[in-house]
Amino acid sequence: MSDASAGAPVPAETRAARFQKLFRTTAFKLSLAYLAIFALCAFLALGYVAWNARAVLDDQIVSTIDAEINGLSEQYNAGGLRRLITVVERRSREPGASLYLVTTAGGDHVVGNVGYVPAAVLATPGQSETRYGRNDSDAEAHRAIVRVFTLPGGFRLLVGRDTEERDRLRAVIGRAFVTSLAAIVLLGVIGGWLAASRVLRRVDAMTQTTRAIMAGDLDGRLHVAGNGDELDRLASSLNQMLERIGELMRGMREVSDNIAHDLKTPLTRLRNRADEALRRGTTPEDLRAALEAVIEEGDGLIRVFNALLMIARLESGSAQEMLVPLDVGQAVRSVGELYEALAEDQGLTLAVQAQDDLMIAGNRELIGQALANLIDNALKYGAGSVGTQARVTLDARRAGDMIRLTVSDHGPGIPQAERARVLDRFVRLEDARSRPGFGLGLSLVNAVVHLHHGTLRLFDNEPGLRIEIDFPAQARVGLPAGDIQPAPASGGPVPTPPSRATEVAIHPAVTAPSAHPPGRASMSQEAP
Amino acid sequence: MRLLIIEDDREAAAYLVKAFRETGHVADSAHDGLDGYALAREGTYDVLIVDRMLPKLDGLSLIRSLREQNVTTPTLILSALGQVDDRVKGLRAGGDDYLPKPYAFSELLARTEALARRQAGSGAAEETRYRIGDLELDRLSHRVTRAGREIPLQPREFRLLEYLMRHAGQVVTRTMLLEHVWDYHFDPQTNVIDVHVSRLRGKLDKGFPSPIIHTIRGAGYVLRVDEGAAG
Repeated sequence: MSDASAGAPVPAETRAARFQKLFRTTAFKLSLAYLAIFALCAFLALGYVAWNARAVLDDQIVSTIDAEINGLSEQYNAGGLRRLITVVERRSREPGASLYLVTTAGGDHVVGNVGYVPAAVLATPGQSETRYGRNDSDAEAHRAIVRVFTLPGGFRLLVGRDTEERDRLRAVIGRAFVTSLAAIVLLGVIGGWLAASRVLRRVDAMTQTTRAIMAGDLDGRLHVAGNGDELDRLASSLNQMLERIGELMRGMREVSDNIAHDLKTPLTRLRNRADEALRRGTTPEDLRAALEAVIEEGDGLIRVFNALLMIARLESGSAQEMLVPLDVGQAVRSVGELYEALAEDQGLTLAVQAQDDLMIAGNRELIGQALANLIDNALKYGAGSVGTQARVTLDARRAGDMIRLTVSDHGPGIPQAERARVLDRFVRLEDARSRPGFGLGLSLVNAVVHLHHGTLRLFDNEPGLRIEIDFPAQARVGLPAGDIQPAPASGGPVPTPPSRATEVAIHPAVTAPSAHPPGRASMSQEAP
Repeated sequence: MRLLIIEDDREAAAYLVKAFRETGHVADSAHDGLDGYALAREGTYDVLIVDRMLPKLDGLSLIRSLREQNVTTPTLILSALGQVDDRVKGLRAGGDDYLPKPYAFSELLARTEALARRQAGSGAAEETRYRIGDLELDRLSHRVTRAGREIPLQPREFRLLEYLMRHAGQVVTRTMLLEHVWDYHFDPQTNVIDVHVSRLRGKLDKGFPSPIIHTIRGAGYVLRVDEGAAG
């Protein structure tokens, strides 16, 4: 153990655990696998070389022996045994000589530079590999390939070649083999170790960050090294996910804060009313009025709950199956007709325009509810306008491959900065605090639009608010929409008095008179 | 009318039984699906009020089983699930009406009475003419007259009046009107229905001494001829 680690407060178990962790990393395991493959390759390559080298050397030795034997047999044929012995004696003394030995049938040394050779080798004629000694003292110190002949008269002739050179080469190859294997293993392990520990360091950092996030630090983010590798990509997509989760969490917190606030207020009011009636109410009329007020307050709360549940339900996307072919134009006309009288009572004109055959995948009830909310809002905020301003427009038309619904009023409108926010739950602009409502209307509309894969945008109607909703258009399928609607209580299309314009008659912007000249001098201003 | 209330919340059931009795009806109650099914099968009730979530046998299965046994007693489903698709599921199972909880008793009463009336009148062919006092509506020619004088109505006003006249003498609520005349089941936050009714009322009552459409506070409307005013 190095002094550094001895000084550091690292318990042995942690160290062991760390090693274990390192060995278990994918990088390390991969390194080991590659290492094994490389080692095997090196083994095969060197083995092949060694085997070939040995074969070549053996061939060389054997051919040398053959040449010696050829020479000796010529001498023997020419001069018999005596001549052979003379030649052997001479050759034995030459530097770098081959091995020679001539013995009697009993194995006694006659002539030659070989001191010792196993008796069994001499006894069997033919080629073999054997140990031998230069003289009796170093009995089996050397190795050689030898060939043995039996001469007439029982004499034995042994001719051979020392294999020292071959064996040295073999040893060299063997050492190279071991060294390179060791180098491969060492480098492989170190490389794997480095790769693994690098990965492990980053993964450990990630783990630490995620632990911190789990522990509640939602603002923690994973480190992105910036080299674009797979860990970086993983980290940045995890960061995106965390961002989204954080957003949702903030949204949730905001919603629950809002719910707490916006539900507690009416609940408190309800409680106070009951309390006051209990303390002061003496006449049955007083009590009755108080009870009615309590019920009304309760109904309002129920409405809020229903809207919240409905929004949650729609946002979860599980209501997807409720979508069937639906003519938005028809929905617009029927809801428009429903609200027309109310608008008139409030001194406003509700102008409804819808083209024919605006098919989407939709739910009539939900679209109806959304439209009702939008018109409710438009009437609520448009009330009090006069002249041409006292007009709420409801329009449905085809726009490319979308079906566009437009609801516009000339009320106070919504400032640019607030437009995204009003779609959230319980958001009520300061101006609206004085009016009835819970700030759920637009959230519900937005949820309905999302369920229908549509988009909702808010614009300045100069003055007022213009809401544009785009639904993806659907080609009309075989069945008319009416057949699929659940239980149409009383059928038949209802002709509505306001224009059923098939012509693209009015552009929404053109209907909106400019703020500056009150009255009718607005058309010229709108011309681009 | 004779009612069976199948509701597992005993307190709620007792409240309904009491409330229906106070309004002059006969009401029994059952607290789980199997008991309710056994009672309902006897078929002596005019209307069944069934909670959707019941122990032992859930409300929708109960209704489905009754319909399979050819028990056609009109059934109103009460449910804490007020969503659009839940309503459709309820009606598909064989329910005749659907009321999300929480509800006002006046709403439940009006709907129950409408169901009972529908059952009573279902044997006869639907009338082509309605006549209440001096008000007459001809469903074929789409003509409305009062004391012989023709009253021109918009198509929607005609259907509104038609519905009121079919349920003459009964309270109809705003949501019932929205459902049956406009075929929407959501809860309009403003008094959209009131405006339509008051317009219709304006046309019907103009020049006549006695009103024929009456507002019932906290409940809805009723179309009837007041005693003594009938001509």
